[in-house]
Amino acid sequence: MSVSLLNGSGCLDALTAPGVAAQLDAFVTKTITPEPREGNPPVRIVETEAGMLNSIGLQGPGIDAFLTETLPRLAAQHLRVWVSVGGFSSSDYAGICERLEERDDVDVVELNLSCPNVDEAPESAAEIVAACRERTKARLYAKLSPANSDIAESARAVVAAGADGLTLVNTLRGMALDPATLKPRLARAFGGYSGPALKPVALACVLACARAVDVPIVGLGGVQSGQDALELIAAGASVVSLGTILFTDPAAPGRIRDELKCEATARGYGDPLEVRGVANG
Amino acid sequence: MTGSGPVAGATAEVVEVTGTGPIGPYTLLRVAAGGIEPGIPGQFFMLHPPGHVLPRPMSLCRVDGGELCFLIDAIGPGTRTLCALKAGERLHVLGPLGNGFDLDVPHPLIVGGGIGIAPFPYVAQVLGGGPAILGFRSAHHAEAAALLPGAEVALDPVLVTSLLPAEPMDVLACGPEPMLEAVRARAPQAQLAWEAPMACGYGACYGCVVEVDGRLQRLCVAGPVLRAA
Repeated sequence: MSVSLLNGSGCLDALTAPGVAAQLDAFVTKTITPEPREGNPPVRIVETEAGMLNSIGLQGPGIDAFLTETLPRLAAQHLRVWVSVGGFSSSDYAGICERLEERDDVDVVELNLSCPNVDEAPESAAEIVAACRERTKARLYAKLSPANSDIAESARAVVAAGADGLTLVNTLRGMALDPATLKPRLARAFGGYSGPALKPVALACVLACARAVDVPIVGLGGVQSGQDALELIAAGASVVSLGTILFTDPAAPGRIRDELKCEATARGYGDPLEVRGVANG
Repeated sequence: MTGSGPVAGATAEVVEVTGTGPIGPYTLLRVAAGGIEPGIPGQFFMLHPPGHVLPRPMSLCRVDGGELCFLIDAIGPGTRTLCALKAGERLHVLGPLGNGFDLDVPHPLIVGGGIGIAPFPYVAQVLGGGPAILGFRSAHHAEAAALLPGAEVALDPVLVTSLLPAEPMDVLACGPEPMLEAVRARAPQAQLAWEAPMACGYGACYGCVVEVDGRLQRLCVAGPVLRAA
């Protein structure tokens, strides 16, 4: 038993980079929506001082093509697959959960309840989780937004509604301006802020939720090194996801796994998971 | 890249950051190739400016002995950092990535605009020469034409497309979007190398989409070289 490493949803395509996906313990898909989506117009990404903004907007094939084309190709790579699910109403989410229910090649369904780049469903995160819980027996993870004013309360609500785990955190909404024109650099003005600047935010959210609920937590946000991963585990995560670092370094999963082991050993721990919760004291 | 896709980049040592002779406002970044394959002309590499969050996509300009050379226009924080590197410093390099030019054509003609001339010295190396027409916004920028000896040069307001010959040629073009659109209108069989902001360069981020065949597709996977029609 050791710490599992995943990719953040939307941060890796296992079909174009199977060698990167093979380094992970499970592959998390880009968020799947009921219908195909073109996503947002470019410009979609921009680097900032301590991170990056993305405004992809859930580009994807929709659930039909995902089931008939994408999922079989992922299964052929012998990957454990976590499917990220999105939508614009609780029935969107629940409908996709029902479609996935008949597949035995899906390990976990992660509900993307916090994409900053599309209009949100009108229902609360807990209501969406409850609607999905009614339609599936799959393990359900709720991915929450760090912009939540009381993330611990939200964690309690989604767990009470049937979530088996939490993924913390999604990106934070942000904006960058062109220094010359002072106009937004992203076509849609706003984007999701990720990268090193997100790590302290993720640490705080993981700790707050670990104190509030007793379910597995996937920690992600600004992980660049084994030290960063170890800190998220200390805050309460039992699984760590990699996001922006994958854009820079496709070898990051293997490197961070090695560094994580060394960082734990250097502190006298036999396994990185023994560090879980150390920050909560 | 095929098969497993990119798995790991390499750390390359900077040999020199300079122009070779006057090349206008541009900078030539030369790094030791080590085990990095140069790939096919028109493919690109992700160069990571030290201290920045994201790497930057750059096409390979030239292969000199054991060196890979990149022509860079310092227009923002990342490219300025790359151009400020010193000999002996190291940077992370991932590539070659994407699809390059198909050079197995009977009558190649290089058409470059501004910093879009970057991939063509390597194209000319592989082709063993060949005609080239280049467009620049000023005489200072046009000094970079020295990288392609024998090229015909158009200076703004004269457009490079005005130098296109009447007879059909196998156009290989790279430059600003309006230039590529003008080339596309004149030469539907042209191969066009496009540019887009990229975070990863290998299909992970979906940041670099452009419209291809009526759909938004990732330039790093579908291109950066695309057929005009």
